[in-house]
Amino acid sequence: MSDIRKSLVDIVGERGVSDAPEELWFYSRDPGVLAPHRPDYVVAPKTTEEVQKIVQLAGRENIPVVPMGNGMSLAGLVIPLKGGIVLDMKRMNKILEVNHMARYVVVEGGTSQGALKAYLQKNHPTLRHSIPDAPSTTTIAANVSLHGQGRLTNQYGFNSDMVTGLEVVLPTGEICRIGSPSIGPYWISKGPTLPDLSGLFLGWLGCTGVITKVGLKLYPNKKIRDAELFVTDRVDLIPHILYKLTHLEMLEDINVWFQPKPLMFMGNYHITVFFTGDTEEEVEFKRKMVWDCLQEYMDSKDGGFMSIQYMKSMLLEMPGRNIADFADVPKGGGFEYSGPIAPIEHFPQYAAKVVELAAKYNVLYASTARLISGGHSMMYSISFAFNRSDTAMMERVEQALTEATAFALDMGGIPWKPNFKEQKMTLEKMEPNARKLLLMIKKNLDPQGIMNPGNWEVNS
Amino acid sequence: MIQLKFDQKVCASCRSADCLLKCQYMTFSGHKEAHGEMMKVMKGKDSRVLTECVTCYACEEYCTRGNHPFYLISEKREEKGMFTAPRPITTQWKNMTQMQGKCLVGNVKDTALSCCYLPELGQLGTGEIFKDVASAGVFGAEFMCPAVHSHFARMSVIKERLPIVIENYRKLGVKEVICMHDECYGTLTSIASAYGMEVPFKPVYYLDFVLQRLKELKDKIKPLGITVAYQRSCSNRLIPDKLPVVKKIFKLIGVKAPKRLYQDENALCCAEILRSVSGYKLADDVQKRNIDDMLAVGAEYCVFNCPACQTSLSEKVVKQGLKPVHIIDLCKMAIGEKEREAVS
Repeated sequence: MSDIRKSLVDIVGERGVSDAPEELWFYSRDPGVLAPHRPDYVVAPKTTEEVQKIVQLAGRENIPVVPMGNGMSLAGLVIPLKGGIVLDMKRMNKILEVNHMARYVVVEGGTSQGALKAYLQKNHPTLRHSIPDAPSTTTIAANVSLHGQGRLTNQYGFNSDMVTGLEVVLPTGEICRIGSPSIGPYWISKGPTLPDLSGLFLGWLGCTGVITKVGLKLYPNKKIRDAELFVTDRVDLIPHILYKLTHLEMLEDINVWFQPKPLMFMGNYHITVFFTGDTEEEVEFKRKMVWDCLQEYMDSKDGGFMSIQYMKSMLLEMPGRNIADFADVPKGGGFEYSGPIAPIEHFPQYAAKVVELAAKYNVLYASTARLISGGHSMMYSISFAFNRSDTAMMERVEQALTEATAFALDMGGIPWKPNFKEQKMTLEKMEPNARKLLLMIKKNLDPQGIMNPGNWEVNS
Repeated sequence: MIQLKFDQKVCASCRSADCLLKCQYMTFSGHKEAHGEMMKVMKGKDSRVLTECVTCYACEEYCTRGNHPFYLISEKREEKGMFTAPRPITTQWKNMTQMQGKCLVGNVKDTALSCCYLPELGQLGTGEIFKDVASAGVFGAEFMCPAVHSHFARMSVIKERLPIVIENYRKLGVKEVICMHDECYGTLTSIASAYGMEVPFKPVYYLDFVLQRLKELKDKIKPLGITVAYQRSCSNRLIPDKLPVVKKIFKLIGVKAPKRLYQDENALCCAEILRSVSGYKLADDVQKRNIDDMLAVGAEYCVFNCPACQTSLSEKVVKQGLKPVHIIDLCKMAIGEKEREAVS
């Protein structure tokens, strides 16, 4: 047994460490198109103190540490590009506190979206969190560390905006609380009115530390959810329609999507509008507001509401599962997307680009965009499905995604959860002093460069 | 070239103008105005009928002289490039129902059981009532009656696809096709006839079949003793001679259907298509009046004969305390195949 393995076993016990090839195989890859890379060890800690000891060991031995939630980013963000230790956080899955009146929860760094959803449904049915359209096993800490979005992003911003405090193990091994929990017992603010240190960790993909606790805002869980589906064949109208819808200031979520298959969706752009209420009257009032605000497009016959009774239950699922169906259209169950954040006025250009790239690289597309913060921006998902056993198809998808990211950067967009190649493209585009500031932060927090190396490497 | 057989002389000499005067969604001051508007439609002139008709099909029933006012209205709308529903919804229906070679064909010999393009019909066409024909089901766009496109004033789609559907049945070598949906039977009888299309097999109305089977299964029937309201489908307007079959079935299975304000010729549409064509205000109003009327006669169940109507109205009737049920399931309840509480 190597010294490192023995040291890891000393920290977390025999069952918490593996270097078995069959297990390392799984931890080498994610479901996206990036090439796998094998870690040396997989370690599953149970406590913050164990995380601390592992990070200290990695520092002493100068080996990489890659914190991992469920490994479902699709962008290879936890593929251990330089080997080392994959820190599987899933055993740190406790829900530590719910402050019902202040509407926040504190969870451990490996707590899954599904576990929190189930816990709230059982114990606090009037509260909910912003559930992303990802498998239920994905974790809350990973989601906020990559600025994820969820069902409440249109109303309240990125899921990382909903953080109310963090506990982090720094690359140098110190345990640090961020925001109000650094002052007192309440997890009510990640930053304000203090200097907001949460930005040193949110969006960094584990390159500046390991998130071991997250405070997260909770929101009212209304008794009824409903949806309407507006359809138009004029892409130029989409930004105006979205502007009108967001002006209502009462919608839970707004998604725009288009896809060539199945045939019924071909040629049209679909806007799914979600709304909630505690009474039938409230829901009906909102429904009528939605219909009324788009009446002009119905009068001109440019758009209309689709009958969705037969598909409503699927639309209202949280998380949504339709993307998994899309992934299997070419068989082989793979899909990946570029998800730039951009102004809503650019929707027509992005839509055209998706179709262009799909034709150029002979791949199947689907696009789902989500409004962020009432329309200040939106996330354009440029998604391509592929067969995992078809390497040529996977290469074409990778090329298409790289081109999509280049396009987004040219359009002034910001890549969302960029893979390491897209991070480099982004850094090249970034204003030099901002880049320098990133480098300064990274070097100070992680002087040995052991945290998720290969990602956000400013100096490379 | 397939063309609508519309006798202009019959229309011009009409003394009732019932096609428009009886319309529940447009109002006219009297015969002169209604007849005048229909003449405009017939001559290809602009008419408010072309913009106001909500496509409920009822004028096909109101015209007792064998002409086809609704098909004419739809033809003229398309000629003028008009859309009833928004353009993308019209496209969506056209795309959604396109033949893609993905149909399902059961063990078909002399008889086929047409499940159109509605999966629910396959589930309904089972059990003791359908035991001899259940395995002969056909399903898919290749066997779908394209009548729905008349709601969108796209008779060209019907003229293009219906001959293919008829040919697909002919290729199966069937002598008769049991149509599980009023729309299919209406298409193979009323529309095919109006456009001069020959149907080389016998279309059988499914409720005629069900009625016959119930007579054969008489010993198994336990009268249900319930009060229902019947939701007449738009496509039943294409085959008004079949309306009495429902009443015969109700009588046979011991179901009471008290006289309603909105029934038979005066029935209200399920309103799903109205929502697309006219928006929610008319649709909500029609649905509310319809359900209030069901409640007023003390109905416990709302009985459908069309899965589309059932999808459209089920949630709303449930919220008002009514149980939605397809008429076939009601019959299955009567012969003990289905629990009452299992119906949803």
